[in-house]
Amino acid sequence: MSAQTDIRPATLSSGLTPDRGERMKQLWHKSTPYWFMSPYIIIFGTFGIFPVFFMIYLSFHQWNPVAGLQSMRYVGLENYVLSLTDPMLWQTMWNTFLMALYSGIPQHLVALPMAYLLLLLGKRARHWLTTAYFLPYVTSTIAVSMIFFVMYSKESGIINLSLAWLANGSMTQWLFGWLNNLLPLGWVQENSLIRYSVSFVVFWKYVGFNIVIYTAGLATISDELFEAATIDGANAWQRFYHVALPLLRPFIFFAVTLTIIGNMNLFDEPYVLTRGLSQASTNGMTISNYLYRIAWEWLDMGSAAAISWILFVVIGVFTGLYFWFFGRRGLGGH
Amino acid sequence: MNFPSDMRVGRGTLRLISKALLWSALLAGVAITIFPFLWSLLLATHDRSTMFGSGLQLGIGTELLNNYDRLLSIMNFWVGMFNSFSVAVLGTVTSLLFCSMCGYALAVYKFRGQNVLFGMMICSMMLPPILTLIPYYMVINALGLTNTHLAVWLPFSINPFGIFLIRQYVVASVPKELLEAAKLDGASAFRTYWSVVLPLLKPGLATLAIVQFVFLWNNFLQPLVVLTSTEKMVITQMLRSVQGVPNTPWGALMLGTFISILPLVLIYLAASKQMINGLTSGAVKS
Repeated sequence: MSAQTDIRPATLSSGLTPDRGERMKQLWHKSTPYWFMSPYIIIFGTFGIFPVFFMIYLSFHQWNPVAGLQSMRYVGLENYVLSLTDPMLWQTMWNTFLMALYSGIPQHLVALPMAYLLLLLGKRARHWLTTAYFLPYVTSTIAVSMIFFVMYSKESGIINLSLAWLANGSMTQWLFGWLNNLLPLGWVQENSLIRYSVSFVVFWKYVGFNIVIYTAGLATISDELFEAATIDGANAWQRFYHVALPLLRPFIFFAVTLTIIGNMNLFDEPYVLTRGLSQASTNGMTISNYLYRIAWEWLDMGSAAAISWILFVVIGVFTGLYFWFFGRRGLGGH
Repeated sequence: MNFPSDMRVGRGTLRLISKALLWSALLAGVAITIFPFLWSLLLATHDRSTMFGSGLQLGIGTELLNNYDRLLSIMNFWVGMFNSFSVAVLGTVTSLLFCSMCGYALAVYKFRGQNVLFGMMICSMMLPPILTLIPYYMVINALGLTNTHLAVWLPFSINPFGIFLIRQYVVASVPKELLEAAKLDGASAFRTYWSVVLPLLKPGLATLAIVQFVFLWNNFLQPLVVLTSTEKMVITQMLRSVQGVPNTPWGALMLGTFISILPLVLIYLAASKQMINGLTSGAVKS
């Protein structure tokens, strides 16, 4: 190898066009980083940049993908007008927002104290419990949603059967007897319940992820701070509230940001729990589900593109506001 | 972290009670987390008649083998499993190659357009995937890649998270002197990357492999949009598609669901620490 590089200048200078060879070599040398970046440039260019601009074009057209590219027809702003006046668009945005709240807030309210409690334990016990809590995060959303769909079943689901058992049991009747008027509850059939049913699955799946983040955050706080607080007479709750919580702020901010991003994309859970958007979909359908329905069930790609742009603006505004209000404070002023 | 024993909870009974409360809270959490998995396994041993019978059925049924036969009769179960597996493996291996190439370039070279590429990656990370679903489909359609597995894994092989992760690893664990030495020895840029840098990145590559494999195995939205024929469908899609069938054999479906999550669960149980660290690495390290 080294011999080759030593020889090369000599052979080049004795060659026909020494300058050209030298320049080629330099060009090759300069282009090296681009060769390494080429997978990203090519794939992102194809799947990222080009289509975003094509989507602007598409949003002014009517296009049924099944009929091929020739069927595209210019319709002006019609797609935007139709979408903005479509009550279902705002309804599904509202659904997405509510389910984000119902699943997101409990996630963090449960994960924070759980992480704190885990730190009271020994290393082994903590490891095993964390492993259990994190398990749902590893498994597929479709699979767990299918399982919950069966558990939510109106006639034979374990949840309704357990409630019926509580309502009729001789020991528990005095407390749960009133449930008999409501049973069987259509957890995934009723528009009034579907948001809670979906939110619980989301909560169940992601709470372990947040526990791990908060445990890692708590581990960065030095023992001495807790010891000092104890000597000053702070009890466990005070140590949590006055010592741990303020120092966890950047972690909370980051975890909440991840929750918000995740919830904006919520698709799988409501899709399965509404049985492919066929039941309780008025309140159960998220914006992602609706976009899918417009584009692939109603085959109206133009409107779907217009809605994507509307969403892009809405999300952009909300993200900006979020970082403006919480960003500095959330990161603890850094 | 060791908490000093709380002086004011000195009395034995009080301490015992608080300890009992602590453990019951933690174990209740475990029960709620694990229950659905055990329940699906239990239901896999029942058929419609025992499942929809009156009252709680807590016993293990006798229908496991029959459910397996039913499962195979309602869907090409193992074809779906194989499809998921090949998508996840191809996508993971390709992303290890691509992300490490790009991460290496970003870490080692200074070149024109670097900041633009950096900015694009950050932007694409912030962009919710649902917004890119329509353009993604249009490109797949235009390239004639509908109903191919390539369409499901190729766009994810340049995961910006993975590129940043590898870049971080190169900066942290590949000494500059080593790269200089390789250059002096006359190794080409690609050779330096392949035989000097890559071996040093093993922990980073393992983390990336975990993230990619879990994502691709569990992915549903892109396959739903792109894969249309039953022999191409991945397992998540197949399981979902029989949900709408009247008189769904739920016992068989629960068996299929359980088997479909088993590979990841087994890997997870064997290497839970690495997987937890890997899957939260994007969140914890920043």
